[in-house]
Amino acid sequence: MIEIIIGKYNYWIYITLMMIGFYAMIAKGNLIKKIIGMNIFQTAVILFYISTGKVWGGTAPILWDKAVIYDNPIPHVLMLTAIVVSVGTTAVAIAIVIRIYKEYGTMEEDAILEIERKQAEELRKGNTGQREI
Amino acid sequence: MNIAEHFPALVIVIPLLFALITWLAGLINRAFCWVIALTITFLCFLMSFSILNTVMHTGRISYHMGAWEPPWGIEYAIDYLNGFVLVVVSFIAFIVTLYSRKSVGLEIDEEKSPAFYSLYMLLFTGLMGMTITGDIFNLYVFIEITSLSGYALIAIGRRRNSLMASFNYLILGTIAATFILIGIGYLYMVTGSLNMADLREKLPPLYHSRVVLTAFGFFTVGLSLKLALFPLHIWLPNAYTYAPSVVSAIMAATSTKVGAYAMLRILFTVFKVEFDLNVVPVTKILLVLSCIAIIAGSILAISQTNIKRMLAYSSVGQIGYIVLGTTMANQTAMTGSIIHILNHALMKGTLFLVAGCVVYKTGIEDISGLKGMGQKMPFSMAAFTVGALSMVGVPLTVGFISKWYLATGALKAGMWFILPIILISSLLSAIYFWRIIEGIYFAPAVSSQHSEVSTYRSLDHHNPHPVSRSRDDAPPGMLIPTLILAGLCIFFGIAAYIPVSVAEKAANMLLGGT
Amino acid sequence: MVEIVHSAAPVCAIGVSLVAVILMLISKGYPNLREFWTIGASILKFSIVVSMLPTILDGKVIEYSLYSILPGLDIKFRVDPMGIFFALTASFLWIITSFYSIGYMRALKEHAQTRYFSFFAIALSATMGVAFSANLFTTFLFYELITLSTFPLVAHTETPEAIKSSRRYIAYLLGTSIAFQLSAIFLTYNATGTLEFSNHGILAGKAPDMLLIIIFILFMAGITKAAMMPFHSWLPAAMVAPTPVSALLHAVAVVKTGVFVLLKVILFVFGVDLLSKLGVGTALAYFASFTIIVASFIALRQDNLKLRLAYSTISQLSYVVLAVALLTPGGITASVMHIIIHAFGKITLFFAAGAIYVATRKTNISELNGIGKQMPLTMAAFTIGVLSMIGVPPAAGFISKWYMISGSIEARQIPFIIVIAASTILNACYFLPIVYTAYFKRHDNEIYNEEWRMLNKGYGMINLNSEVRIKEAPPLMVVSLILTAIGTLVLFFWPSLFLELARMVVGGVI
Repeated sequence: MIEIIIGKYNYWIYITLMMIGFYAMIAKGNLIKKIIGMNIFQTAVILFYISTGKVWGGTAPILWDKAVIYDNPIPHVLMLTAIVVSVGTTAVAIAIVIRIYKEYGTMEEDAILEIERKQAEELRKGNTGQREI
Repeated sequence: MNIAEHFPALVIVIPLLFALITWLAGLINRAFCWVIALTITFLCFLMSFSILNTVMHTGRISYHMGAWEPPWGIEYAIDYLNGFVLVVVSFIAFIVTLYSRKSVGLEIDEEKSPAFYSLYMLLFTGLMGMTITGDIFNLYVFIEITSLSGYALIAIGRRRNSLMASFNYLILGTIAATFILIGIGYLYMVTGSLNMADLREKLPPLYHSRVVLTAFGFFTVGLSLKLALFPLHIWLPNAYTYAPSVVSAIMAATSTKVGAYAMLRILFTVFKVEFDLNVVPVTKILLVLSCIAIIAGSILAISQTNIKRMLAYSSVGQIGYIVLGTTMANQTAMTGSIIHILNHALMKGTLFLVAGCVVYKTGIEDISGLKGMGQKMPFSMAAFTVGALSMVGVPLTVGFISKWYLATGALKAGMWFILPIILISSLLSAIYFWRIIEGIYFAPAVSSQHSEVSTYRSLDHHNPHPVSRSRDDAPPGMLIPTLILAGLCIFFGIAAYIPVSVAEKAANMLLGGT
Repeated sequence: MVEIVHSAAPVCAIGVSLVAVILMLISKGYPNLREFWTIGASILKFSIVVSMLPTILDGKVIEYSLYSILPGLDIKFRVDPMGIFFALTASFLWIITSFYSIGYMRALKEHAQTRYFSFFAIALSATMGVAFSANLFTTFLFYELITLSTFPLVAHTETPEAIKSSRRYIAYLLGTSIAFQLSAIFLTYNATGTLEFSNHGILAGKAPDMLLIIIFILFMAGITKAAMMPFHSWLPAAMVAPTPVSALLHAVAVVKTGVFVLLKVILFVFGVDLLSKLGVGTALAYFASFTIIVASFIALRQDNLKLRLAYSTISQLSYVVLAVALLTPGGITASVMHIIIHAFGKITLFFAAGAIYVATRKTNISELNGIGKQMPLTMAAFTIGVLSMIGVPPAAGFISKWYMISGSIEARQIPFIIVIAASTILNACYFLPIVYTAYFKRHDNEIYNEEWRMLNKGYGMINLNSEVRIKEAPPLMVVSLILTAIGTLVLFFWPSLFLELARMVVGGVI
């Protein structure tokens, strides 16, 4: 039992971090907090990958005659890509949030939904379906 | 050196490269963007067609990126299934590009149009990449390319509602993609391989390993989210409704289809049929979900007043069809499923393009706005009628072919209860489409043939949009692509053997045959 | 084995009116030219059908495979005695109806005439398609085409009422055919691996009895065009259409397609032997009897002439079903014969109703006092139609009643003789009052005049409106309805051609 908890601590950390991020993405009302959650979520996965690539007693995977045992480099390489993706996602998300802030004047999801609801109601009362430009 | 050998790489590399070039060219003259996008999508369509042709003659093609041998290097593997999907995606992308010029001009700020085309090319690259790749990590990368450009495209329009739609899609899409990434991680942990074909060989001894089961769970949930299978569809209606028409069209017609393709790949290529049937009851779960999706999508569609939202919910139901066919794991139903990837792309493409035409002409997105359009926009409305009849599944349209395969497949599998579900959903779609068709041609408030009555009536009812009812159809640039898709809805409903012959082979291959 | 002739004639018969539609659309602005295409197409179609007749009478069958969409889904035509029988009826009546339509539409200055004539032609093509179809898929295809192409005709006036009725129309016809007929087709295909019609049925021994009964029920529920209760209410709803549509489509083409497909399913998908074994024939006969009686009672209460005719149609269609459900030679002969006999009779009645409307704008029976004097020719034809409906010689209705009763005796089913007798009395009850009203009640003008005369007695005022003038509908309409009335009589005296065809049908299936 102890072995499962202590011996695989890397997985526990990854799962905990992932859940924190996941929670923030779903439950937080502030859009920026959602993005922060998303980052934690993605970083957790990166941590998971890196830890799977570790070989006990291994060294850096360099072509060097003293390195008999070395870590698996592939997860690292994969995570380079994942980091890029994560940065890209964050950038797009923040760009969208900036535009949301400009349009609605708030970053709270509830407030935005309220505004949208009112707008939809007005639309229904007035010219239904007229393009709003 | 034969250039045709490198087509698998070129269909990805060219659009990727031109995504950047398009933007640069747009700085010089914005008109270039459309021309470049059109040329590239057409070129990719031709190449995909040639690839499919080769596959049909010689069987599976394996292309080694950078000449690294699989399973170490990235392999692009094309067989009947993804050869078929490649052609579908590139063709639809080409048609939508053809259509996009006017529509983009109206719905997107002019200074953003280079960015639009650049993102559009990226989306296209992503979709093609998801389809062609034989490496699961590469699949993840392309999923993210597709998604990121998709988020941006949804938000690029002028409507502010699209921003929240896009953001919600971004959050859910990221969860989905990350789940897939975790799934890949677990598979890599136990097998040390990322190549699909290699995984297929290495996984069977590990089928009962908990790691593999967890990976499978993550894959299923992540992909279900991506393809908007019923309870995970919530991002889709808003995204499709508020996105610019062109974006709704391309996404509805291709991106969920490619999601469905990816699911087929994971379920039936990375894992084997035996795994899906015997180890994890995933087919049963998906069967129930897809049945619910079919019915719920149709019911939700009935209650909508916005035409694009209605089409979006109808997509939710149609995605159910695609998944449904795969879960029965027999060849007929699987063929139905694969053929529905094409058929639904055609039908939904047509319908969304018509919606775009109406928005272009009148600015109306409400269903009531279509009333009397039969006289104003006869060609667009004819296309809409064809698309709608296909959705209902009237014989001689593509919709009937899909239904035929799914229903006979279900009966062959002994699942008679699928039959009422398919037919009830046809009935429901008949309801929500007939309502519109009737409005288009027989709306009481309009009738231009005897003008006295019509003037009288319109005075009487005081139409809030005094749009002229004389013939005023969408410009040819939009009309022709729409009509091409509508024509294909009928063409492939009659000449069904063309796609079916490919789909049958693909189904056979997925189910473990040769 | 039956000799098979391969010929594209059935496709021509179907295609001719589709070509005409294109010509009609081109000559949209020239009404005379447009109507010429209608007439031309109808005559050509009839001639093509007639040209196939000798081959069929020789005991051969014409087949033509047009196209195969997928294995199992063939568009294939096969002209057999029953098909040609139906095709002859429908295509001949189309010629007459075309003339009548022209008279009617022009007299009323209806709008959207091009649309009207085009969809009429499409509906007729589809009817031919059903008549000549060689398998369930082709049947289903054209069956749906009929539904879709008649929708614009039902909604023709575009008034809210028409829209509402046409919605009901499409809901019933399209809804049940998708929900039930299509599932029956799927189940049939799954059980047999084919959808081809065959003289002795294809389902025998292919599935457990329970499943067969389910398929049978699905078919019966799915072929709503036969207007069996409880799926009948689309037919009265369809009466909002212009009268020629009600006359040809909702008394002949559409509803007869329903019973025709029903007959085909019963005879060529299930087969007489299988149905006798399953015992569902009798059940169907009871169902049909129910419809016959109930629809007659409803008809009694209708004041609107067209609605009364519609309920009469519902009841008469179930005669066809009842007769075939007896599964005896006499019964099958009766049901096949009743298709044409009822067609001629009912189209006459509808034509008369339309003529009355055009001449006087009256739609209710209670307003028809003394109309016999005003429109003698129309009402004479109407009377002949009524006699045919009731089954009184020398109108053709007698023949089908005769065979129906002999069929019941063959089947040893006495209850159905009572049903037929009872319904004959009911027929008389709801039709004869119309005739009585027309001839023996005084026209409003007469009453009015009398009152006027009494009021003005001694003042020497002259009433200009004193006489009931003869005021018939336009000649095109009157001639058409007289022709169909004569047809009803001709069928009584010279039914041999059709009896021969009916005999061939019976010979094939039993």
